[in-house]
Amino acid sequence: MTETKPTVVIVEDDPPIRRFLQAALEREGMIVHEVDTGRSGLTAAATRRPDLVILDLGLPDMEGLEVIRELRTWSQVPIVVLSARTREMEKVAALDAGADDYLTKPFGVPELVARLRAHLRRTQATAGAEGGARVRFGDVTVDLGERRVTKAGGAVRLTPIEYRLLAALIRHAGKVLTHRSLLRDVWGPGHGEHGHYLRIYMAQLRRKLEADPADPKHLLTETGIGYRLEGCMTFERDVLSDDS
Amino acid sequence: MDDQRPDPDQLLEKVQREEARAARGRLKVFFGACAGVGKTYAMLAAAQGLRAQGADLVVGVAETHGRSETQRLLEGLELLPLRRIDYRGRTLAEFDLDGALARRPQLILVDELAHSNVAGSRHPKRWQDVEELLAAGIGVYTTVNVQHLESLNDVVGQITGIRVRETVPDHVFDEADEVVLVDLPPDELLQRLKEGKVYLPDQAQTAIGNFFRKGNLIALREMSLRRTADRVDAQMRDYRADQAIQQIWQARERIMVCVGPNVGSEQTVRAAARLAASLKTDWLAVYVETPSLQRLPAARRDTVLATLRLAQELGAETATLAGDDLAASVLAYARARNVSKLVVGRSRRRALSRLLDPPLPDRLSDLAGDLDVYVVSRTLEEGKESAAVAPAAGLVLEMGRETHWRGYAWAAAVCAGASLVAAGAQLVFDPANVIMLYLLGVVWVTVRFGRGPGLLASFLSVLAFDLFFVPPALSFSVQDTQYLLTFAVMLTVALIISSLAARLRYQARVATYRERRTNALFDLGKELAGALTTAQIVDIGCRHLRGEFRAKVALLLPDAREQLRPARAGDAQESLREPDLGIAQWVYDHQEPAGVGTHTLPASPALYVPLRAPMRTRGVLALAPDEPRRITLPEQHRLLETFAAQIALALERVHYVEVAQDALVSMESERLRNALLATLSHDLRTPLTAIVGLSSAVLLQLEDAPAAQRALAADLHEEARRMGGMVANLLDMARLQGGNVQLNRQWQTLEEVVGAALRATARTLGTRPVKVSLPDELPLLQFDAVLVERVLVNLLENAAKYTPPASPISVGAEAAGEAVRVWIDDLGPGLAAGMEERIFERFTRGERETTRPGTGLGLALCRAIVEAHGGRIWAENRPGGGARFTFTLPLLEPPAMPEFPEPEESSTRA
Repeated sequence: MTETKPTVVIVEDDPPIRRFLQAALEREGMIVHEVDTGRSGLTAAATRRPDLVILDLGLPDMEGLEVIRELRTWSQVPIVVLSARTREMEKVAALDAGADDYLTKPFGVPELVARLRAHLRRTQATAGAEGGARVRFGDVTVDLGERRVTKAGGAVRLTPIEYRLLAALIRHAGKVLTHRSLLRDVWGPGHGEHGHYLRIYMAQLRRKLEADPADPKHLLTETGIGYRLEGCMTFERDVLSDDS
Repeated sequence: MDDQRPDPDQLLEKVQREEARAARGRLKVFFGACAGVGKTYAMLAAAQGLRAQGADLVVGVAETHGRSETQRLLEGLELLPLRRIDYRGRTLAEFDLDGALARRPQLILVDELAHSNVAGSRHPKRWQDVEELLAAGIGVYTTVNVQHLESLNDVVGQITGIRVRETVPDHVFDEADEVVLVDLPPDELLQRLKEGKVYLPDQAQTAIGNFFRKGNLIALREMSLRRTADRVDAQMRDYRADQAIQQIWQARERIMVCVGPNVGSEQTVRAAARLAASLKTDWLAVYVETPSLQRLPAARRDTVLATLRLAQELGAETATLAGDDLAASVLAYARARNVSKLVVGRSRRRALSRLLDPPLPDRLSDLAGDLDVYVVSRTLEEGKESAAVAPAAGLVLEMGRETHWRGYAWAAAVCAGASLVAAGAQLVFDPANVIMLYLLGVVWVTVRFGRGPGLLASFLSVLAFDLFFVPPALSFSVQDTQYLLTFAVMLTVALIISSLAARLRYQARVATYRERRTNALFDLGKELAGALTTAQIVDIGCRHLRGEFRAKVALLLPDAREQLRPARAGDAQESLREPDLGIAQWVYDHQEPAGVGTHTLPASPALYVPLRAPMRTRGVLALAPDEPRRITLPEQHRLLETFAAQIALALERVHYVEVAQDALVSMESERLRNALLATLSHDLRTPLTAIVGLSSAVLLQLEDAPAAQRALAADLHEEARRMGGMVANLLDMARLQGGNVQLNRQWQTLEEVVGAALRATARTLGTRPVKVSLPDELPLLQFDAVLVERVLVNLLENAAKYTPPASPISVGAEAAGEAVRVWIDDLGPGLAAGMEERIFERFTRGERETTRPGTGLGLALCRAIVEAHGGRIWAENRPGGGARFTFTLPLLEPPAMPEFPEPEESSTRA
């Protein structure tokens, strides 16, 4: 991994929150630019070329959603939105508009940092590992090139849909995927109403891949929003072959 | 076709009838032809049979008349002590109605249904006691003889020559659930009589001896058999109607009986009652008050009143009409009420008077057209009945009787005046024209004072004219015979005019009277419509009632515990001082009037009328009239009922206005509170986010600082987080209570939500091991995942709060019938007794003074969420120690599933 300092833009109108974000992130060795409006946030994202944007959804000048949409027209920078609890619809809309993750207020520094690190790592990793990569989470390895799944060394049989679901999660590992985007990815358009399909396949996938399906460690539920694959690591083929 | 199908209204009526019947006690009547057939014996024998089966029965009263075999049957039965009543120095025993109601057996034996209670009892008749027992849901066994049935009373009287005063209305007998005919052939009865086995009262031995003649006994037996057969027949017809076997009643008949002041109209009423019963129709009894009838003596008019009351008891609707033509009034009313049959008594008059003034039946049949007219004979001896009649009363209210002597004086004075004027006029006019002056005087007197003074004026005028103006003057002798014609014509004209004028006057009076009543009602209605508070209604009601009925009035309204309390009226001295709360409460509970003029406690000086409104009884009106007849007259009584209904309606209206206002106030305060909560929690959240973040940042920066400082920062962070959870609960609660929450119901797996909840509470649970056991086959459930996760998180946090670290927690679920049960067990101290329900109330916690954090809102929120999903939540102590919180989520028809099984993809396939 390269040791260049990642740059983060914070778009947040509340000064105390801004202050602690800045303190926490700078302590983590990040370069922080903070702005308090959506408009100036977009400008900062264009001029500072950040590695990540933290965006509060409740901004005084423009809708957080608009900021995401506009940003997404020219940038793939990871966006983490800050939102209140009980605003699931807002979060889903933000994620569907292109945000990568969300944090529910109030949150502590450790979880914020962990989340940001995961996203920074993901962007750096995917840049180098396209195509025939193999991934690993827990004791599960997935060979995306050969479509092979093993758990603790033993082969796991997945149905085509289960595999497509797993692949979609791996493709966006660490990122929250809304129900709608997963349904579109796996079943194709026109299945937006069949949320329960997704839940049933997710349950099956967990039974096959998780140690305790009722207390999953990797195939995580973001209640009311979607799913996220956590703890997923990408390996070069040769690295893995050394293992086996 | 259609008429084979039961009419829905009839079906509804049947259902309602059956429901009403189910709540009532069952009445079984042991029915006999006469005394001595063994009714009491049969009743007691039946009771012994039931006792052997373990029924809860009590003997209220049984007349064994000292006969040993009957006495023996009482052995082993529970006897209700009789009530002792002091009556004019003697102590009398009477059936104890209140004792029976308090004892509340399944079944009570009350002998001699027709018995009249001792004065001072609640009801004058025992059958009314029985009615109350039945209404209270107590079954009753009783006995009655055929001659005591109201409608057969006179027929039996005719046959046997003995009339009994103690009667039972036919409806009591007809509505009995069961009638057992206790039959004994006349010969055997006579044999028993000879052996002294039949109880006979000491007095009037000979009369009773005449009663027990074989011919009488046969007739009585036949009558009782026939009455029983009629009942069975009616049951059969009811059954057929219920089963829709056949449409039995094509068109509803209605019978109307005309009541007059003549002796024997009571008989006519009974005949009409029998006719109505056999045709199963409703019937009316009317009395037409004409000017001539109005002049009858008070005693005979009371006969009318008594007859109307009898008709009412026999089930008729009664009315008093006013008009000058009997037949026309009767027919007009009959047509207005769709009457199909008229019943009148036959009048016995001489041929000559029949010719001059045809009797009512003849006139009715001439005019009736399509109406059937039944003429009933009157055979009973005259003059017997009027003795039974109560104090004097007028039918249509008193109308200036006190003016009588003044009227006659005026008649004389007017004649004198007319003579004086005529004396002057005689100098200019002919005597024939002078007569007109007298006629003028007659008309004035009649119009002013009525018929009597008018008649006097007519005669005086003729005499005065003769005396002063017909030669020879100052003598009654007449020289010129042509004056005889003048006298005759003058007298006739004067009489006709006075009669016409009297009618006019009568009509005017009736109209005035009616107008007064209408006005009284109108005024009351108008004022009540403007009343806004209960106190105003009480005030207005009392004032109007006092004016209209010249009575002392009190309104009694129920308090929160359904106990009546006198309502404060404006001017206390005019109101009824001490209304009897006991009677009033009885009236309120039974929704029936009591007191003077009714069957219940008629000796009370006041009348108590329930204030019945559409939804419920709103109170009781107590009225102590200066003259009781002011309210016993049918018309007045109806007016009183209308007044009561108006007041009740107004009370109900005000009640609902108050309810609506309360609801509005509480809605408004609820809305405000929720708005406040929402704003508060929103405004709290922003600083909280900063505090949580800042404290965690501080904690990170203190990595190398002393442990004490780190602990401080950690506490700060922990408390801030806890506060965050509290605010979240507050906000959720406000949203749910505000009612503007749309549940985002989706088909979910319970496993997933449990997983999410465990992850969310991982910090709080710390090292406590959590065992999750969810059956694999658990179906999909439809719920709002965010909210149900909240329930699980709160329950898990609650478990963590009350258990030491490392104490295990387990989560389980199972499908149970229509719902899935989810529970969370802990090994904590469990719940204090009595707290199982209270902990779900807002701001309640398991322990009173405690250092454990939490507002107690968490569990209340759980309940709100679970109930919004149509489930239930409860807490209990587990037998092995610790608490179990369980909630249910309803199982619904699951959605269409994706196709299973799907072909498995081989792991090696590329």
